[in-house]
Amino acid sequence: MASFYLTVAVILIVNAFLCLYRAGRGPTVPDRILAINIVGTKTLVVLVLLAYIFNQPMYLDIALVYGLLNFIVTIAAARYMETGKIKGDWEI
Amino acid sequence: MSIVLDVFVNIVAIILTLIGIFFFVVGTVGILRLPDFYCRTHAATKCDTLGAGSILLGVAIYEKFSFDAFKTLLLVVLVILSSPTAGHAIARAAYRRGLVPWRKKPLELYREMEEE
Repeated sequence: MASFYLTVAVILIVNAFLCLYRAGRGPTVPDRILAINIVGTKTLVVLVLLAYIFNQPMYLDIALVYGLLNFIVTIAAARYMETGKIKGDWEI
Repeated sequence: MSIVLDVFVNIVAIILTLIGIFFFVVGTVGILRLPDFYCRTHAATKCDTLGAGSILLGVAIYEKFSFDAFKTLLLVVLVILSSPTAGHAIARAAYRRGLVPWRKKPLELYREMEEE
């Protein structure tokens, strides 16, 4: 099953690099934020697969932290783009 | 009996993983080919949530619901909760900043000609 997981991980990494094209080229700012969010989700799945390939359960905790950081980064970037400030109320 | 159960669990896990790969590839094609930011959000967020959730669920089923599989299920819950929220936040921010949704240009030109 490890070789199957490795194949899945390689396919996901290729998909992540194809998404990086949109992050670099993307015409508007939200395109880039969305592309980075998706690359982060793919990285989370690849980390879980690597944890089972190399039989190291610590990678699962790293994947959990990575998912939370990815979510917080996306929310903070969207909020900064919406209101133009980091601190303060949510509504404009 | 146990061998039959093992084969059944493997088949379910592999089918779930293949479904996840399919949705990831569809999301990548959508984010590369669709014309507008809102269309890209539509393609990417949904396919990303379903793809990651199904791959992680397949891995958790293959690992026979041990303690590591419990952590993987926790990751499934995290992805299913966080990915649509992030997509909604980005789309709302883009709409409030005044990003105009995409329209078909030839149809618009045709309507203007019709009004004249």
